[in-house]
Amino acid sequence: MKKNISTFNELLSTCGQQNKRTYELFQEKEAFLLDIEIEKVRSKVKKSLDAMKEAIHIGLSSNEKSISKQCGDDCEKLQKRYKANEPLFGKLFKKITAYALATIEENLRMGKIVACPTAGSCAIVPSVLVAISEELNISEDEQINALITAGAIGSIVQNKVALAGAIAGCQAECGVAAAMSAGALVQILGGSEKQMVHAVALALKNILGLTCDPVAGLVEIPCVKRNVFLAIHSVTAAELALADIESKIPTDEVVDALCQTGQLMSPMLKESSQAGLAKTKTALKIEQRVLNNI
Amino acid sequence: MKQSSLFDIISPIMVGPSSSHTAGAVRLGLLSRNIYGLTPKKITFKLYNSYALTGRGHGTDKGLLAGVLGIPVDDTRIKNIFDLHEANEVNYQFEFLEDFNRHPNSVDFIFEGTQKMTVSGDSVGAGNVRITNINNFPVDLTGEYNSLVLIYKDRLGILSKVSGIIQTEGVNIAAMNCERIAKGEDASMCMSLDCALNYSIIEKIKRIDDIYLVRHVGKLES
Ligand code: SF4
Repeated sequence: MKKNISTFNELLSTCGQQNKRTYELFQEKEAFLLDIEIEKVRSKVKKSLDAMKEAIHIGLSSNEKSISKQCGDDCEKLQKRYKANEPLFGKLFKKITAYALATIEENLRMGKIVACPTAGSCAIVPSVLVAISEELNISEDEQINALITAGAIGSIVQNKVALAGAIAGCQAECGVAAAMSAGALVQILGGSEKQMVHAVALALKNILGLTCDPVAGLVEIPCVKRNVFLAIHSVTAAELALADIESKIPTDEVVDALCQTGQLMSPMLKESSQAGLAKTKTALKIEQRVLNNI
Repeated sequence: MKQSSLFDIISPIMVGPSSSHTAGAVRLGLLSRNIYGLTPKKITFKLYNSYALTGRGHGTDKGLLAGVLGIPVDDTRIKNIFDLHEANEVNYQFEFLEDFNRHPNSVDFIFEGTQKMTVSGDSVGAGNVRITNINNFPVDLTGEYNSLVLIYKDRLGILSKVSGIIQTEGVNIAAMNCERIAKGEDASMCMSLDCALNYSIIEKIKRIDDIYLVRHVGKLES
């Protein structure tokens, strides 16, 4: 399979023509690109999957702070609450939110994580994928299919925009991670390719304009909590898409809108910490404290 | 357009917290280590701009040191690298600077030992890096390929000799870029290769007259 799939439209038509799923096309393409067997591609994906699970596992039992000492104990707090009170949205919600915090806090304390697509957005895909898989007893093979689907979505978006806060704001990091997670979830729950592609559009449409304005320039505030919110966001997108609710704007056009919005976004709001949350009164105080302490 | 790989998106497995400021820093260190190629007695790291400003908070300093010590991006020892035995064997220091002519995430490695060498590089986003200068010679090295770096006196026939040696060994040259100060003066070249060169080829290239520096820099594995 030498053909490059660079848009969601091409993806749908190729899946239709070859009667294949997204993950099948992309594992073939990757095998060709890297000149290795498909099984080898899948075992590399499994490595990422295993590292995601390990990060969750370690993160759940740590409350160690980050270098800046600003963050690191939210996962512990959340688990404490869940011990005393069942969360409003049930067990799956509980797992996704706790796993997301566990992963992103591992990231900020220099633990081992999987950039997915970036380190700052590393908790969205794993929290949803692992929580659902545990709850619904999803096989490892299916989990790998879902993670390849997530990767495929990210790589199609990447054809049009670099997945970096400095280029297109957090739309391109946590936003794209949520789209990947939504699509992976549709794959796991047995949805169609079309539903998967609509889930991507629905997730992206509802984060357009998301800026990157980290306090003190660190991947901490607002990144930590944003991962939790966007993990849940991706579940909403998947549920709607599985109900055959379609994005009235086709997915490729939504991606174009994301690119344009990224271009129009002020450089002050793209990872440079010159505006937004990063320049609030309290953020400036935090910045002073952090710079003096490390 | 270069086809993007799934693994650009669902990897690398790395220690956090930042692709550009942590993983990128390690990768720059790993490449510089291979370019220097010797055991340094002393290393000075000069961090510029965003690397200087937010570097400590992102563990950029730890990442750079880990890289020059040969420790990969997913090694959890990076967090406590300053306490590591290997780190105590070398003398190192960090300087934090501002220079807006440089890339926002930019670093110089100044190696001292039996030889002195300065290697400069940028972390260009999403963990991707670029070595931009060796001893002030412009180069372009990303770690995506096995590469051969040469610094030599610009004269007729040197490049054809080098590429001749490589091709007789059956190694394909994927890309090549040369820079020179002026005609007849010193020049640098980076060749991207489709596979690694073995030791004997490198020795052959080293014996060509007027080549001052030959380095085979292996592809970054993660
Ligand atoms: S706010 Fe910026 S640094 Fe934080 S996750 Fe989003 S893009 Fe990354």
